Amino acid sequence: MNIATPILAAAMGLAMAGSAYAIDVKIGVLNDRSGTYADLSGEGSVIAAQMAVEDFGAADRGINVEIISADHQNKPDVASTIARQWYDEEGVDAIFDVPTSSAALAVNEITREKNKIFIDSGAASSDLTGAQCSPNTVHWTYDTWALANGTGAAMVETGADKWFFLTADYAFGHALEADTSAVVEETGGEVLGSVRHPFPGQDFSSYLLQAQSSGAEVIGLANAGGDTVNAIKQAAEFGITQSGQSLAALLMFITDVHALGLDAAQGLVLTESFYWDLNEGTRQWSERFAERNGGDMPTMVHAGVYAGVLHYLKAIEETGTIDAGPVMEAMKAMPTSDPLFGEGEIRADGRKVHDMYLFRVKSPDASEGAWDYYDLVYTIPAENAFRPIEEGGCELVE
Amino acid sequence: MTDQTLMDTVETPSAGRPTPLGIPRLHLAICAALVAFFIIGPFFLYPVFLMKVMCFVLFACAFNLLLGYGGLLSFGHAAFFGSASYVSAHAAKAWGLTPELSILLGTGSAALLGLVIGALAIRRQGIYFAMVTLAFAQMVYFVSLQAPFTGGEDGIQAVPRNMLFGLIDISSDNALYAFVFVIVFACLFLIYRIIHSPFGQVLKAIRENEARSVSLGYRVNRYKLAVFVMSTTLAGTAGATKALVFQLASLTDVHWAMSGEVVLMALLGGMHTVFGPIVGAAIIVTMQNYFATFGAWVTVLQGTIFVVAVLLFREGIVGVLGKWLKKPL
Repeated sequence: MNIATPILAAAMGLAMAGSAYAIDVKIGVLNDRSGTYADLSGEGSVIAAQMAVEDFGAADRGINVEIISADHQNKPDVASTIARQWYDEEGVDAIFDVPTSSAALAVNEITREKNKIFIDSGAASSDLTGAQCSPNTVHWTYDTWALANGTGAAMVETGADKWFFLTADYAFGHALEADTSAVVEETGGEVLGSVRHPFPGQDFSSYLLQAQSSGAEVIGLANAGGDTVNAIKQAAEFGITQSGQSLAALLMFITDVHALGLDAAQGLVLTESFYWDLNEGTRQWSERFAERNGGDMPTMVHAGVYAGVLHYLKAIEETGTIDAGPVMEAMKAMPTSDPLFGEGEIRADGRKVHDMYLFRVKSPDASEGAWDYYDLVYTIPAENAFRPIEEGGCELVE
Repeated sequence: MTDQTLMDTVETPSAGRPTPLGIPRLHLAICAALVAFFIIGPFFLYPVFLMKVMCFVLFACAFNLLLGYGGLLSFGHAAFFGSASYVSAHAAKAWGLTPELSILLGTGSAALLGLVIGALAIRRQGIYFAMVTLAFAQMVYFVSLQAPFTGGEDGIQAVPRNMLFGLIDISSDNALYAFVFVIVFACLFLIYRIIHSPFGQVLKAIRENEARSVSLGYRVNRYKLAVFVMSTTLAGTAGATKALVFQLASLTDVHWAMSGEVVLMALLGGMHTVFGPIVGAAIIVTMQNYFATFGAWVTVLQGTIFVVAVLLFREGIVGVLGKWLKKPL
């Protein structure tokens, strides 16, 4: 090895980077790695981010990307400490994922204060692009409004227009019920009634019987996590979906279906923005993902992290900088394009817009094996899938 | 427990020659080291992390005032910590109050809540006392979840750091650090004085033998209520300060897991010691912070450390050190 080698290498590096010089980017994936949401975000989101960096060919384009990750334990104060430390001490340029709305809202505020970039995939709160919207935040994958709207409108559209709600008795549940009821009534459906259960709930039998005898065609589960899973299990014992009523989960992920098993979950209706078996592009990507994730297929949250990182890197290449202002401007100006969500755009309020899908969970007989869980019922086109920009109350919208 | 009793009752004379301030030399030295550490700290460690440590140090010491010296195991201290953080966050955000006023308001609300809950809870002893406090804490949790001003599970976000006394800008981390430092160390000094006052001696007597204290003519329930309210008030100060540091108040602070965490801090550090909870809180917060990258291993590590502590040094880290030095710490 002589002195020429490093010089040659440096020259080649420069040549490969084209006119731009090498840019160092540090990405932080902050999510739940030990609790309720570890399956739907967790390590999978880190894998998705790595895949995005590799697929983009960042190294060949003169962008050196480093990815770090941490567990926020679904606590907003832990999330806030880590986010501050990442921005102040570690030199992180952008934070991705962050499930749990309270944690996401905390990171949203810190990112605004430190003028960095936050691309959320895991959190549900539509406040991120509404009342608390920030010029530094993009909300990629889904939000409560889109889920309520998707399940509500699409179910009525397919003919099931009599609803009954099983609602978790706290702000989140109330909001989900109110949003969905509004959509159902707007599209010509009818809400026959609702019953509120304590949060967190264990025994849903009396509420389920009430729902069963209400004569509704759809029982909407306006709750989340363990409550939804418990309600679905108990509904299966009552044979609710077998007797012709539909059970609609308003916040549910494919990993929850996987954990429940098809016996309990069959017939359940839910809205997601991504399913691994949607088309050739999603299948190819998901196979590669599953290989690295111990055989488990990606959730829409993983897909959102992948697509978000990809778009972020494109914007960095376009602008040749990592400064939040120009990069965010470029991200909003460029249409988004990736194999997972197809074509889309990021609105002024930070909302990423794409199609949403209404799925029905297959029966065990219809399923061809592990992870073959969904039948596509209805596609909600991008322009109707998300809350209209002027209704969010975001101050960034003129 | 017997040797512990002996050690505590002869505490003041054996703790080295008292200085003019009435504080043993060893304690003065430790206090000086602590103050020095937290003054030099921000030059080496991340200030927000150190502020978090200080808030939890105060919380753990306030809790230990009740457990270690009052002999009352409260399993609902998160209620006071959390409700104060909600009140102070709301006061700063919705009413635009200055930091010192919002912290005072949070502290006051915790004191009031402590008075109500304490008056009912101290009528029972042991496990029943713990369960009564837990039950009240769950009620506070429920209110925090449902009340319109708490923001449900989103919490109160983006709490502003208003001007201190309406004059001094504390929006930078370093300025806020100084403010938090003053509050926390003033409160720690207060706790130290309470423990070593005649009032504190009576508390220890009640802890060791309630019936005998009654026979000596002490109105035991008044002492218990007084120490309960002191403990909740100081826990409230910690919570109210934390809300300003993180600029948020959330359900984490009122959740029963927070009550459990503070018990762990006190036990790990040493519950019959003055400095134990400081060490315990620092260890737990540091673990949560610096091991966050290990993901699921944080809780496993925390559990392992707790098991090891219970098996090997039941008096806690500082308790064992004190035994080894043959001086109460």
